[in-house]
Amino acid sequence: MGSGKGNSLISSFEKKRNVILLLLLPSMVLIFGLLIYPLIYSFYISLLDFNLTRPGVTPFIGLNNYIQALSDGFFLSSLLRTIYFAGVTVSVEIVLGLAVALLLKQKFRGRGLVRGLVILPWALPTVVNGIMWKWIYNANYGALNALLSGMGLIDSYQLWLGEPMRALHSVMFANIWKETPVGVLMILAVLEGISEELYEAARVDGANTWQRFRYITLPLIKPMIGVLFVIKIVWAIREFDLIYIVTRGGPAGGTTVLSYLAYLNGFKFFKMGYASAISYFIIVLAMIIGIPYIISIARSQKEVV
Amino acid sequence: MTAASNKNLISFLLYFAVGLLVVVILAPYLWLFISSISTKRDLTTIPLRWFPPEPTFENYSRLLLGGTGATDAASQFGRCALNSLIVASMVTLISVFFGSLSAYCLTRINFKGRSTLSFTIIIPQLLPPVALIIPLYLIVRRLGLLDTRFALVMTYTSFILPLVIWLMIGHFRSIPPDIEEAARIDGCSRIGALFRVVLPLVAPGIAATFIFAFIIAWNEFFYALIFSSTQSSKTLSVLVEEFSSKFGEDYVLMSTAGVLASLPPVALALVFQRYIVQGLTAGSVKG
Repeated sequence: MGSGKGNSLISSFEKKRNVILLLLLPSMVLIFGLLIYPLIYSFYISLLDFNLTRPGVTPFIGLNNYIQALSDGFFLSSLLRTIYFAGVTVSVEIVLGLAVALLLKQKFRGRGLVRGLVILPWALPTVVNGIMWKWIYNANYGALNALLSGMGLIDSYQLWLGEPMRALHSVMFANIWKETPVGVLMILAVLEGISEELYEAARVDGANTWQRFRYITLPLIKPMIGVLFVIKIVWAIREFDLIYIVTRGGPAGGTTVLSYLAYLNGFKFFKMGYASAISYFIIVLAMIIGIPYIISIARSQKEVV
Repeated sequence: MTAASNKNLISFLLYFAVGLLVVVILAPYLWLFISSISTKRDLTTIPLRWFPPEPTFENYSRLLLGGTGATDAASQFGRCALNSLIVASMVTLISVFFGSLSAYCLTRINFKGRSTLSFTIIIPQLLPPVALIIPLYLIVRRLGLLDTRFALVMTYTSFILPLVIWLMIGHFRSIPPDIEEAARIDGCSRIGALFRVVLPLVAPGIAATFIFAFIIAWNEFFYALIFSSTQSSKTLSVLVEEFSSKFGEDYVLMSTAGVLASLPPVALALVFQRYIVQGLTAGSVKG
């Protein structure tokens, strides 16, 4: 082996390394600086008694913020509310999403148009979704009161956002309206990929509609439903925008979920340490649910690579 | 019951369900639009006037052509729309440029730790923004960058860049490596092959990712709420929220601002629907 060849091997190795650096480094710097570093910094802050109103005084207090959270009734009720919000909205979204996807799989006139419309709630900015529903729920002039009383379903105008549980359910409805299309479109994409021949063969074998759904459709869309479930739960756990816009966490804290509680402590009470600790609870919650998803992604990555 | 009438019943139920779906999707948004062309009086009469006797587009011209005085919410509209446009475009350009290069690297060049790195890119999608906002706020404040568009561009990039990398990995994978190999045998350098051969082929994927990222950046609310306070960086999302809380209860102007702010993402999504579905299914990502 001549020395020339060895040199070119080394230089091509170096060249490859340079190319990798050139292509990857800018993104990695951005992601590290804007994501990883803040995340670590956030954990450090959560160990401090860090109040913005007392600049310069940030004593280290270990896990006290976490302990304080766990012994605070409002934190615990916010945690339960978050789980309730996520569990119910996601379940409804997936059942509805499946139903609508199956509906849009049928042949009917104007199907392309209706399929196109489904994307509308997804595309709407969260803010517009929020003010839209806040306006619809308005106690004095809201369209919901006008509609229901016009139909004779209610005798007097209702305070949809005036009572904790009812306000929570109103916000949840607005969230379901906006989030269901994601499920519809993703399930529909899978349904479109199922070969018509499978159904034909089942029909020949005498399978009825329910059996075809149960033994062909359902097993094939199951993986997508699993993905949807995990991803949507994680999104729902971190929901903030809609709560802030429609109810500001009220009335009487009735719609305060963990994200809003963290915001409240950090940016209204300036307790940055405590707020960071709360947000770490959200991270842990999201990760517990997200890990199976990450593992399945990792597996599929390994297969492709 | 005969088979024919059975079939009719099913067809009736099908169209009924479709009709119901269309109403549920359209009605709330349509009501926002009707509110925007009504007068305050139409909206505050009981029983409610479902359609204004004299529709007016006066509020649209008020918002788009500017109002009087700097304290007037309406006069801020143009400035905030510009902020939204600049921030969303910058974030999208930066993310798509650097994200495409990285995604190329992660799909085409073999190196140690590549597969680990490619799937960890999805993890940021699981992180709650509220967990990042406190450290980012403290950093941005220390750098004196509060209430600047630059702060918004950087913080949006933190979650849009990983998303773009993830989507672009999918698009690069769909291009057979042979084409690139052929170009390199013909004497192209790796970077040369990337720009001359691979990028043109992956252009539709880049366009899809671009639109997807732009919509998400345009719709962002949380970071803008925390970081911007005046017209120098306030985005439309924040302004529209202020219409519903800060500036009294002007439902008509609020609805008008809402409709206008939603037009770019809604129009993009309706026109490029195929791209959006692609993005959603490939990335399983939050909009």
